[in-house]
Amino acid sequence: MATQTTRPPETRITAGAVTRKRARKETLIRFFVTANGAVAMIAVALIMLFLLKDAIPTFRYVSVTEFLLGRNWYPLDEIFGILAIILGSLLVTAVAILIALPVSLGCAIYIAEIAPRSVREILKPTVEILAGIPSIVIGFIGLVILSPLVKELFSLDSGLTALTGAITLAFMAMPTIISISEDAIVAVPSEYRDASLALGATHWQTISGALVPAAKSGITAAVMLGVGRAIGETMAVMMVTGNALHLPPKLFDSVRTLTATIATEMGEAVQGSAHYHALFAMGLVLFAITFAVNLAADVALRRSRR
Amino acid sequence: MSAGISRRIYERFIYSLLAISALVVVAPVILIVYFLISRGGAGMTWEFFTSPPRNHMTEGGVFPAIVGTLYLMTGTLVFSVPVGILAAIYLTEYAKQGPFVRAVRLAIVNLAGVPSIVFGLFGLGLFVLALKFGASILAGSLTLALLVLPVIITASEEALLAVPESFRQASLALGATKWQTIQRVVLPNAVPGMITGIILGVSRAAGETAPILFTVAAYYLPSLPRSIFDQAMVLPYHLYVLVTQVPDAPPHIQWGTALTLLIIVLGMNLVATVIRLRFRRARKW
Repeated sequence: MATQTTRPPETRITAGAVTRKRARKETLIRFFVTANGAVAMIAVALIMLFLLKDAIPTFRYVSVTEFLLGRNWYPLDEIFGILAIILGSLLVTAVAILIALPVSLGCAIYIAEIAPRSVREILKPTVEILAGIPSIVIGFIGLVILSPLVKELFSLDSGLTALTGAITLAFMAMPTIISISEDAIVAVPSEYRDASLALGATHWQTISGALVPAAKSGITAAVMLGVGRAIGETMAVMMVTGNALHLPPKLFDSVRTLTATIATEMGEAVQGSAHYHALFAMGLVLFAITFAVNLAADVALRRSRR
Repeated sequence: MSAGISRRIYERFIYSLLAISALVVVAPVILIVYFLISRGGAGMTWEFFTSPPRNHMTEGGVFPAIVGTLYLMTGTLVFSVPVGILAAIYLTEYAKQGPFVRAVRLAIVNLAGVPSIVFGLFGLGLFVLALKFGASILAGSLTLALLVLPVIITASEEALLAVPESFRQASLALGATKWQTIQRVVLPNAVPGMITGIILGVSRAAGETAPILFTVAAYYLPSLPRSIFDQAMVLPYHLYVLVTQVPDAPPHIQWGTALTLLIIVLGMNLVATVIRLRFRRARKW
C-alpha cells in the first residue's frame, strides 16, 4: 500500500496508457480472428451467389420445369432438359450405396467390436489409405481393370456401364461410411453393452440388439455423407460410365451423371452462351442436392451426439 | 443344448461375414497399390521424373506436371493455412455459443460437402472470370484453398481443444492477455496437430482434378510456368489426359504417372500420421 502511494504519478499514467493500448490491440485481434472465422460462411455464400448468377440466364432459354423434367439434352440446339442426367446420377449413387452400405457397416462393426487389436491397427490405416487415393487414380484403375471385368462377367458389349460407375463409387464412399459408423458404435455408452450382457445376451445379440440400434443416428449420418460423396464425385465416375444419355438409365448400359456432364462440356462451352449457363444451372442443382444431404447428415449427427 | 450349439454356429457365421466385409474393403486397396507398383514401377526412372513429355506424350516423363503440382500445393498452403488456423482459433478460443457460431459451423460442414466440380465452376466464375485472373496458378490455388479449408479448420480445432484448459488459466493468472496466452501457450502446444491437418489438406489438394479443370490445368505446355498468372500442367490432370485423350500413350507412362501421384499423396499422408503418432507419444500431459 505504502509503495503504491509514493510511486510518482507519471508511472501510473504510463501504466494506464499501456493497458489501454494493450486492450485496443486485443480488440483488434479479436476482430481479425472473428473475421477469419467467418470466411467459411462467406465462401459458401459466394458459391451460392456465383452459381445463381451464372445459372439464372439459362431460364431465358428454357423454363425451370422444362430444364428439370425435359427429356432431351442437345446443347448445340439449345435444348436443355436434364431429367436423364439427374436420373443417371441418382441411379449410380443409389446402386453405389446399396453396395457400400452392407460392406461398410459390416467392416465398421468388425473394427469396433470384433477385430483383435493388431488387426484393427492394420484395418484402420488401410481404410484411411482408401480415402486418400485420388479419384483420378481410382477412375484409371476402374477403367483399365474393373470395366473389362464387368464386360466379361456380364458378357456386355462395353464395360463402361452404370454398374461399373456404381462399384467404383461404392469404394469411394466406403471410407466415409466406415469411419463415421465406427465412431458412432464406439461412442455408445458402455451401460448399454453391460445391461445387454447382464441380461444374458450373447456378444452378437448385444451388437445387433443394443449397440447398432443405439448408434442408428450416427450410422444414418454416415450413409448421408456417403451419398453426398458419391453424388458429387466427378473424375472416377466420368471415366468408367461411358457418358451416353439414356432415358431411363439402365444398370448395364452407359450412363451420364451431372458431374461428368459439367466436367466434359464446360471446356467446350463458349463463355456466356446458353450452354455455359445451363451447365452452371446443372451445378446449382448438384449443389442444392448435396447441400440438402449434408444438412440432413448434420442433423442426424447432432442427434447422435446427444 | 443343441439350441446353444446352433446359436454358436450362427454367430460364427455372422462373424465370418463381418470379417469378409472388412476383407472386401482391404483387398482392393492392396490390389490397387500392387497394380500401380507392378505396372508403374518399371517406368520410375530418374529420367521419368526429370524430363518433360515428348513426342505427343508417348515418350519422356512428367517433370512439368510435378513442378505444377508443387506450385499448386504451395499456393493452396499460402491461402488456406493462415485463414484456417485463425478460424480454428476463433472457434475454440473466442466464439461464444450463439446463432453466428452455429452458422459458421454449418458453413464449414457444408463447404466440406460441396462437390469438387462445383468448386471448379465457382473458381471459374469468381477467380478466372470475375476477378480476371484467367486460368492460372493463382485461380487454381485459391479454388483448392477453399476446398481444403474445412480439413484445416477441423484439424486445427481438434489440436487447439487438446491443449488443457489449465495451461490457459495458468497463463492468464500470470497476467498475460488472451492473445498473449494464445500466441505463447496455446499455439505452440497445438502445432504438431495442426501440421498433421495441414499436410492432409494439402495432399487432398494435390490429388484433386475436377476443381482445376477450368481454373489452371493445361493439356500441354512447352515451358514451365513463369508467374502465378500462368497456366500449369499438373499431375492429376496429366494422368486424365494420358488415359483418355492420348490413345497411343504407352501403359508404363500412364501407370508411372498414376504411381507418381499416389506416392506424393500417400507419402504426405504417411508423414502426417508419423507426426501425429510421435506427438501423441511425446505429449507431456
